Amino acid sequence: MTTIARPLDERPTRPRRKPRLSGGGRDAWPLVLPALLPVMLFSVYPLVYGVLLGFTDAHAGLGVETHFNGIDNYVELAGNGLFWTSFKIGLIWAFSVTILQFLASLGLALLLNLDLRLRWLARTLALVPWAMPPVIIAIMWQLMLNPNYGPVNRALGALGLPGDVNWLGESSIALPVVIVVGVWAGMPQTTITLLAGLQSVPAELNEAAAIDGASTWRRFWHVTLPALRPIITAITTLDLIWNFNSFALVFVLTAGGPGGTTMLPSLFAYNEAFRYGNFGYAAAMGNVMVVLIGVFLFFYLRGQMRRRLQ
Amino acid sequence: MTTSTSGSKPGRNPFARPLQYLALLAYMCFLAFPLLFLLSTAFKTSRELRSPDAGVLPESLNWQNFTDAIEKADLFTAAGNSLLVAVTTTVIVTAVALPAAYALVRFRTRLRGLATGWILLSQVFPFILIIIPLFLLLKNIGLVNTLLGLVLVYAVWALPFSLWMLQGYVAAIPVELEEAGAVDGASRMRTLGRIVLPLLAPGLVATSLFTFINSWNEFFFALVLIQDPDMQTLPLALARFVGSEGQVQLGQLAAAALLACIPSLGFFMLIQKRLTAGLLSGAVKG
Repeated sequence: MTTIARPLDERPTRPRRKPRLSGGGRDAWPLVLPALLPVMLFSVYPLVYGVLLGFTDAHAGLGVETHFNGIDNYVELAGNGLFWTSFKIGLIWAFSVTILQFLASLGLALLLNLDLRLRWLARTLALVPWAMPPVIIAIMWQLMLNPNYGPVNRALGALGLPGDVNWLGESSIALPVVIVVGVWAGMPQTTITLLAGLQSVPAELNEAAAIDGASTWRRFWHVTLPALRPIITAITTLDLIWNFNSFALVFVLTAGGPGGTTMLPSLFAYNEAFRYGNFGYAAAMGNVMVVLIGVFLFFYLRGQMRRRLQ
Repeated sequence: MTTSTSGSKPGRNPFARPLQYLALLAYMCFLAFPLLFLLSTAFKTSRELRSPDAGVLPESLNWQNFTDAIEKADLFTAAGNSLLVAVTTTVIVTAVALPAAYALVRFRTRLRGLATGWILLSQVFPFILIIIPLFLLLKNIGLVNTLLGLVLVYAVWALPFSLWMLQGYVAAIPVELEEAGAVDGASRMRTLGRIVLPLLAPGLVATSLFTFINSWNEFFFALVLIQDPDMQTLPLALARFVGSEGQVQLGQLAAAALLACIPSLGFFMLIQKRLTAGLLSGAVKG
């Protein structure tokens, strides 16, 4: 998932000459069409349909008629305290995971960029969670956090601390615990992306700053970090989106419990749609999620752009 | 920061190097411990698992859990389903994305901007908005609860990303090479087959493996689209296993989870180097 690319058009533009090989844009169609058609049918169309469903009273079941009901769903949603609680949980989850993930990954990437022994092992380990299905990551952490058998409680017990904490079943701590698992699961992408960014920072810049007597910390702050900024913006944006929309990990870990304290909005909407069959209402939730996250991203990216221009 | 900082240079903080190693060690523990624990659980007997003072390591390498997990018919069927879905998806996606990626890069059409825009946009939308209509759509054409329906959905959702990755690899091949081929009188097909394809091979392998792993690991779409136990994929079967006997049979659960990881872990070990170098150059250089 390393879609950290600079926008494609920003690449150093080659001299704008038309490649002699090409027969113009029209030749591209037959090649692109097989990709375009299914994408249109199974991704553009459902998305448009999904957005529209948010304005209907669509319901699961045979022979149920669907009517547009304007903003009824949203009026109802505005008064649905459970949804907003879940939305708040989703924001706490997404921001905490993204920020912690970023800090932890930046630290690891900086270390991996140094000339340390065992670097290869750490690099491999850093990649492993990426290769694991979220379902299995969840299973693994359930074992880790098992109240009776899990090594986390065992270790606490050995240290003389209370060793019988029900990590995933205690409503006051379930969310922070799930956030830690989220960080573990998402570190690889962020680490590798940042590492690639670090390696593209010209060494000369740092050397020059070092010769000028800048301390390690100052070099990091004034040379490395600014050079990394575009990549940081890209990866944190993507992480935030992915985390806000994530589903499988928490679904298997806690299924939203205990007492709804880890009920991410995606789980909430899933239940609404596929447990209670309220398709229209669930789609409306999806719409609200897109709009709010979209607004946030707009301001975040605009702020980053301005900073870059300065 | 490519130059080794502090430690090696005289006059710098002498504690820097040890501290760096300490930090690296802490990271490695955080990342590796859950995995090692999963591994050790998979080898423990149920007696060991129940006893409160058993060590972290298993007493012996006991393969019972693995054989039990494999013998569970539903897990075996599920693995077969997953394999079938992942392979079919990969073949379709690669066959469709390769020409499209080539065309998008070499013929500078407006499509490229559109495609890129769509790739980014499709990331923002929560799955719930997509899955309800997809569910209804597949239901109308009778593909709910079928592996074919799942393949269709996976293929479509893997396509944008594969296109994106492949575009990066195609763009990295200098167009001059193709022009040279054309000047030397090679036909278009020959140029593509003899010059472009070999150069593209590593990228193609990485992209298709990526598609494979994503389909192998996918959970959400499968959860909604597959209800029939005979059709379920491995992540689904495992998730159900957790909910039912898994709480009792921790050893079997761990063994099954490990077995399910083998394809993706194997793949990552194989292309580890290429992943950090190749994948990134593909994506970053766009």
